[in-house]
Parts: sequence; C-alpha cells; structure tokens
Amino acid sequence: MAEQTMIRRSPLAPAADRLAGVGSATGGAVTLAEVPFLTQLNLRLDPTGPAAEAVAAELGVALPTGPGSASAGEVTVLWLGPDEWLVVGAPGTEGELEARLRSAVGDAHASVVDVSAQRTTLLLGGARARDLLALGCALDLHPRSFGTGDCAQTLLARAQVVLVGREAGEFWLLVRASFAAYLVDWLVDASTEFTSTELTAG
Amino acid sequence: MMLIPCPWCGPREEAEFHYGGQAHVAYPSDPAALSDEEWARFLFFRDNPKGPFAERWNHSASCRRWFNVVRDTVTNEILAVYKVGAPRPVLA
Repeated sequence: MAEQTMIRRSPLAPAADRLAGVGSATGGAVTLAEVPFLTQLNLRLDPTGPAAEAVAAELGVALPTGPGSASAGEVTVLWLGPDEWLVVGAPGTEGELEARLRSAVGDAHASVVDVSAQRTTLLLGGARARDLLALGCALDLHPRSFGTGDCAQTLLARAQVVLVGREAGEFWLLVRASFAAYLVDWLVDASTEFTSTELTAG
Repeated sequence: MMLIPCPWCGPREEAEFHYGGQAHVAYPSDPAALSDEEWARFLFFRDNPKGPFAERWNHSASCRRWFNVVRDTVTNEILAVYKVGAPRPVLA
C-alpha cells in the first residue's frame, strides 16, 4: 500500500486571500484573518466541586462562573454555560493540554473532549470592527458592555458563533467549520460598507 | 421580536431561543397505571390561557440551557424568568 501523508487544511485556507483583501479594501478599517488550528477542548464539570479548583490550579486561572473569558499565558478559558467551558490553546497542544486537564479532574464527574476540529477562528480587527459585527449581530457591542475578555455565544448573520473580545479592540469569532465559508462570504460582503473612499473615488 | 432574559446569558433576541411549551407538566409517577385517556391528556393536552402563561424556553444558540418564563400571551410581556426546578413565582 502506498504511503499516505496526512495534510491538514484549515476550513478557511481557500479564503485567505479574500480575508486579506478586506484589510486593504477598507484601508485597515476592518481587518480579517483566520487563526487556524487553535486547540479547543470542551470541559464540563461541576463549578462548585473540587475538580473546578484542580483545573484552575493546573491552568493557573480560575474558571469563569458567568459569561466571559479568562486567560493565562497561551491558554484562554471561554465560558459556554454554567457547567461548560471551552479551553483554547496554541495549535498543536491539544494532546498535552487534554492530558493535563484529565489528570487534574481525576475521578471527578467531568468530561474533557478535544473539539479542535469543530470550529475555526477568525481574528477581526480595525477601528470599524464593532460596526461590522453590528450589521449582523443583535448584541450590544459598545465597549461599555462588550470589551476585552468578554465572551458570548450568539448569532452573527444567523450563524452560531462564539464571540470573544480580545486586546486592542480585536475579536475572535469561533465558527463551526461548515459555517465558516458562509460567514466569510457574509463578512466580506458586509465589509464593503467600510471600503475606503479614496479607493472608490479614484 | 421579543427580548428574552436568559438567566445565564442575559437579555437576548428571540431568534436565539427554542420554544418548549408549557412548563410544570409533571411526568406521571406511575405511567402504567394511567388509562388511555389520562395518558393522552398528559401527552397532548396543554393550557392555553389568555394572560400569564408559564412556559419552557431553551437558549439554543448560546448556553443551550432550559429555563422557565412566565409570559403574558396577550402582550408578550415577560413577567418572570426562573431556572428549571424552581417553583412558579407568585406574581402580584
């Protein structure tokens, strides 16, 4: 049998040029890029039990108990529900991170599931990033109510996303792999509203 | 479009939710002892009040948790939101 090489392709690899084109077309008012292959682990446990404390000690950061996120180094913990979190880490660390979490929860009633392939991540930046999101999202995105470290699962252009406020006014959009191409189509189309006038006037 | 206050996520638009019908419909303690008519009443018969109605909602686009809502079926005004297992609040 011929030797087979596994080639990993991110869901938005074919759209990289179009994503980069948004930044140049809008003069940087909106920038888009994929952050492929982030480690994503779904963690479910009793937030009041000893496993929650053990995981917090292992990760070096307490699990958020309400909508929001918490970061420690390369690892970001997103709140998904009262007993559910998404632990996001650097690409390629899923095996090591899963083993660490599993040993931390021990025999407790908990689950750690590698869902890295479920979603891909879009990094959205630029001065008009909030205006772009507001075109398809009903959340109040004013920095006063949704800023750095905030996290919400919601609908963006009718697609389910996990929206995370990052530093410097940037956002993570975690979207299911099968919705990613649609969401990019929508984002690229919506961003034409912010096309820099210098380009269109010429 | 209603703005439904999820007890976990806060107020969100109605499109993020899935409707679950009347709340507080208890499963029969001994289903085998029911007559066909009693079983049919448990399965299919629901209240249809004009006014406050306790119903279940699921925040399907976000935290995916079930919770209960008391909604006025005339005005769509949401009078109370409470977690599953909690008794229906007494409204003034």
